Amino acid sequence: MISILVGHWSELIEGMKYTIASSLLALVGSLILGVIFAMFVISPNKSLNVIGKIYVEIFRNIPLLVIAMFFYIVMPRIFPGLDGFKAGTIGLTIYTSAFIAETVRAGIESVPVGQMEAARSNGMAYLQAMRYIVLPQAIKIVVPSLGNQFVNLVKNSSVLAFLAGFDLMYQGNLIASTTFKTTDTYLAVGLLYLVMTMPLSYFMRYLEKRWSKTPTV
Amino acid sequence: MSMIEFHDVNKYYGKFKALKNINLTIERGEVVTIIGPSGSGKSTLLRTINGLELISSGQLLVDNHDLADPKTDMNRIRKNVGMVFQHFNLYANKTILQNITLGPEKVLKMSHVKAAEDAERLLSLVGLLDQAQKLPSMLSGGQKQRIAIARALAMHPKAILFDEPTSALDPEVIGDVLEVMKKVADQGMTMIVVTHEMGFAKEVGNRLVFMADGEIREDSNDPRAFFEAPKDPRAQEFLGKIIHVD
Ligand SMILES: Nc1ncnc2c1ncn2[C@@H]1O[C@H](COP(=O)(O)OP(=O)(O)OP(=O)(O)O)[C@@H](O)[C@H]1O
Ligand SMILES: [Mg+2]
Repeated sequence: MISILVGHWSELIEGMKYTIASSLLALVGSLILGVIFAMFVISPNKSLNVIGKIYVEIFRNIPLLVIAMFFYIVMPRIFPGLDGFKAGTIGLTIYTSAFIAETVRAGIESVPVGQMEAARSNGMAYLQAMRYIVLPQAIKIVVPSLGNQFVNLVKNSSVLAFLAGFDLMYQGNLIASTTFKTTDTYLAVGLLYLVMTMPLSYFMRYLEKRWSKTPTV
Repeated sequence: MSMIEFHDVNKYYGKFKALKNINLTIERGEVVTIIGPSGSGKSTLLRTINGLELISSGQLLVDNHDLADPKTDMNRIRKNVGMVFQHFNLYANKTILQNITLGPEKVLKMSHVKAAEDAERLLSLVGLLDQAQKLPSMLSGGQKQRIAIARALAMHPKAILFDEPTSALDPEVIGDVLEVMKKVADQGMTMIVVTHEMGFAKEVGNRLVFMADGEIREDSNDPRAFFEAPKDPRAQEFLGKIIHVD
């Protein structure tokens, strides 16, 4: 395993760069989409509500690989610039956002209704009340479960390997098929995934602790 | 022009009629207390005034705006009508100071400095200037309610609604909150107060409304006279019970 790490260091690092880039993009994107669709799902507006529910149900219940393949194979007919990395990252973003939407919805619903009523009575519009009062509390409540989803997201980014997305798993596959040292290669790859996911989960736990003591903006 | 006018207002929850043919006109500067048994519709009546509950029929004018008119901007109504809740509902994610400044900054577009100055004045009015940087969870119930009143005042509203502001408080701190409410009344604020505090109703209120079964049963411009000799049989029964409890 050490020999793989040393001998193929540059490819592995290259793969990690793609994995980290895809994960970061998908993390930010899925959080934004997740919050938006969570608001759709709880919206008093009937059509937004239906759109939100359909979105969540569809993308939560289709395998990530199928969603990613769709963006890799079907969508380039419309958007020719869509390579494996982009298609995979978009698929990952959408897939994860459906789970995040569910999580954030549960978070919003666990904020006492009095908070919304107080903010509205204070003159704030619905979206202002959401933005300043309800969402910050909801996100804080769901930080632990968001943390799990972010870790899953990093692991799921290995779907890029199927789309020639140049990520860590893709590089691992290449190394394994040229060196025939499959066990060592995948052990090394596994170790490098741990190097990325462990700090992320510690960071999320740190946030959880810190936010429990401070006001949020 | 009156501050609030109910004309033949009805309110249904499904088939259940929570407000029955309400007619009530409240002038600017009046302090109206609303009393009545549990479930009589006091909170519902109050919450229709700032649109937290919508009326089913009739006409409700607040500050000359018809609340049933789709063109009426409810955010503007709420900007002008504050509300204080039984369970305070301070913003749990904001400091005490931010609880007071958020509305003025985000809704009235007041500068942060001006909003903070205003908040400090209000914090001293309610006697809690030293608590500005704390989170709501660190305050006692009585302190929270005084902050909630300061938060409502910070919007410079034309009226403030109070829904049982002292019912969730320990007896020894009720006085502090009532004292602040009296100060607000003395400044000429229009106040509508659902309460079980008969002392406040008599001494600070200049109008008393008794509700039962979703109806206004008695509407008196002389609260003291009402307490001495209620005319409505349900009011007599209700006051009898209250006095027994005391
Ligand atoms: N959202 C709702 N859905 C259905 N029924 C409701 C709703 N809110 C209130 N009610 C009913 O309407 C009636 C009046 O309720 P309301 O809360 O106005 O009473 P109240 O006079 O404030 O009572 P209390 O002194 O207990 O606060 C009650 O019978 C209550 O069960
Ligand atoms: Mg009530």
